[in-house]
Amino acid sequence: MNLSATLSGKIYTFRDVKDVLAKASEEKSGDHLAGIAAESALERVAAKYVLADLLVKDLRENPVVPYEDDEVTRINQDGLDEAKYAQIQNWTIAQLREYILDYKTTEADIRALGKALTAEVVAGVCKLMTNLDLIYGANKVRIEATCNTTIGKRGHLSTRLQPNHSTDNVEGITASLFEGLSYGCGDALLGLNPVNDTVSSLAEVLKRFDEVKNRFEIPTQICVLGHITTQIEAVKRGAPCDMIFQSIAGSQKGNTAFGFSAATVEEAMALLKERGTAKGPDVMYFETGQGSELSSDAHYGADQVTMEARCYAFARQYHPFMVNTVVGFIGPEYLYDSKQVIRAGLEDHFMGKLSGIPMGCDCCYTNHMMADQNDIENLALLLGSAGVNYILGVPTSDDIMLNYQTNAYHDVNAVREVLDLRPIAEFERWLEKMGIMENGHLTARAGDPTIFTTRSNF
Amino acid sequence: MLDEKLIALITEEVVRQLTASGRVVLPDRAPGEEPSEQNPVGTDRLLEDPLDPEALERMKKRTTARIGVGKAGARLKTKTMLALRADHARAQDSVFADVDPEFIKRLGLLSIESQAGDRNTHITRPDLGRKLCPKGVEALREHCIKNPDVQIYASDGLSSAAIEANLEKILPVLTEGLTAKGLKVGTPFYVRFGRVAAEDQVAEVLGAKVVCVLIGERPGLATAESMSAYIVYNSYVGIPEAKRTVVSNIHKDGLTAVEAGAYITEVIQQILDRKASGVDLVK
Repeated sequence: MNLSATLSGKIYTFRDVKDVLAKASEEKSGDHLAGIAAESALERVAAKYVLADLLVKDLRENPVVPYEDDEVTRINQDGLDEAKYAQIQNWTIAQLREYILDYKTTEADIRALGKALTAEVVAGVCKLMTNLDLIYGANKVRIEATCNTTIGKRGHLSTRLQPNHSTDNVEGITASLFEGLSYGCGDALLGLNPVNDTVSSLAEVLKRFDEVKNRFEIPTQICVLGHITTQIEAVKRGAPCDMIFQSIAGSQKGNTAFGFSAATVEEAMALLKERGTAKGPDVMYFETGQGSELSSDAHYGADQVTMEARCYAFARQYHPFMVNTVVGFIGPEYLYDSKQVIRAGLEDHFMGKLSGIPMGCDCCYTNHMMADQNDIENLALLLGSAGVNYILGVPTSDDIMLNYQTNAYHDVNAVREVLDLRPIAEFERWLEKMGIMENGHLTARAGDPTIFTTRSNF
Repeated sequence: MLDEKLIALITEEVVRQLTASGRVVLPDRAPGEEPSEQNPVGTDRLLEDPLDPEALERMKKRTTARIGVGKAGARLKTKTMLALRADHARAQDSVFADVDPEFIKRLGLLSIESQAGDRNTHITRPDLGRKLCPKGVEALREHCIKNPDVQIYASDGLSSAAIEANLEKILPVLTEGLTAKGLKVGTPFYVRFGRVAAEDQVAEVLGAKVVCVLIGERPGLATAESMSAYIVYNSYVGIPEAKRTVVSNIHKDGLTAVEAGAYITEVIQQILDRKASGVDLVK
């Protein structure tokens, strides 16, 4: 295994695979914060040269967190398609990149390939991709999943409707919910981030979502994104629930900091199978985001792209209906500006697809980042063209509870129209029935939340 | 932690006492005296011809989310878009602008810096914002009262606007209130490019029993002026975060600076009585 490259007469030598992966990453403030980033632009490229010549097996055999110490590594290594792996283990990462991009390589080929890749390999090939490579490669693949409806079909772009409220007031949440539905949002999920992570608060909102979903016969999914253990308790006490959510990390230590383990996820799935309100079979919802491992000192000296890929390796074990990277939420100490956020969004989406999970993106930013609404509108359009399953929607982009900005309810429609994409088919039929959408465009009546109040007692 | 429901009662009493003594002037909150703002979302009827206008008004009262805003094609109306841009500009300016040095001078505060050195480093290297620069440490040793019961200081954190909007109102309430309780109050100062945990080094340098930093919070679109107080007992560098008691949401539409000052005074008294802060105070 060669760990050196010479550029401009200078020999760059890297300590180990973990070091190569870290230094080959596109620049991220979080990797600087961790003290593992390349120290110059040329060192970064030298690491990419070294990485290009490493073999698939070099990366598999050097996981950034040891197998013995970490459940995520074990799930990843033990779950691999060994027959497929045997065919590709001696490929270089450069070969792997070109195979993914090749005209002859089909969607089915990439799906089969993904099952033989560990997170380190997925992250490795990602680091050799330009932004357009990431879009081009990801666009070859669609990953479908089914809860009540099926997400991820080619030609469709969905939204999670996020009607957050600063005090979890159910009527206030319902107001934002109706506003979002009236803009054609919510085919992926009606999903709230609660302020109060209590069983009663979660149950109250879930009950309202369920009532609205049933009263208007909306073909979609519902979820309230409390802690996984709170959601489990709410379902046990009879709360209606299609999907259970959890934020995940790329190491067991990170997941422990989040207060759960693989066993907790298994418990949630078993419970939903028995008591959930969805048809399934895909009933889990995970959120990720580059940098979260470093923030809980659970990164083991690895870079944030590699740790993110490990989240996807963990997620795919549980066949989620949706996974999204909350890409710009974590702040400028991890992703400094719009360039880094856009890059991270494209990386995460590509890596998710290659890992075989149904990937969405919360294209978002906080007010202490060097980014604004223009930047995340760019990201939404780029990801739309890359074939992302869904983006987020909140009133006018302003989330009054999480205090950040993501896509407005309006945005998904603009992206759909520009890229000729549609909502999930049965949801579109429902929108047509409600007079909100016609021929893929919003109607004059769309955007009026009182469509729903005039037809109900809400 | 004090019962949240007691806040109002305590505040009322303390503010009454302080204003009666003439030491504190309450901010004038009379409506209509502020200059009118170019920020119409929430008041204007942007959505034309709703099916049920009354229901829409009812819905808008139940959330501060910007609903009923209408559309231009699949895009926002111009007024909505501009209001969002204005709110974002205010938020960004409050992060990336410095607190006016004249403001600090006018309050008579000694000004020191963290080790971040510049705004971008401050934003990207929270670890450096938690450490005081050596010159600052020297200045504290030279100019500040040693071993106070309570050390209050201010720091920009992630919002300079929060400091400029609240500090002048809250400082006298705190200083007067704590002094009136017979406590030895340290010399207040200001830390530029500061993060919360810098207060632990302050505690070590000055030998303060309690340190309370008044610091600008990461701004949202609703307000860029939100300040928090992080109060810690007997602190040291590396103390667990859970040992801090936090009073947040200090701004003119949340807990006002004067109310917060009165409340924090009581919290500090309780921390000194119980010799504990944060989770240890709840036990």
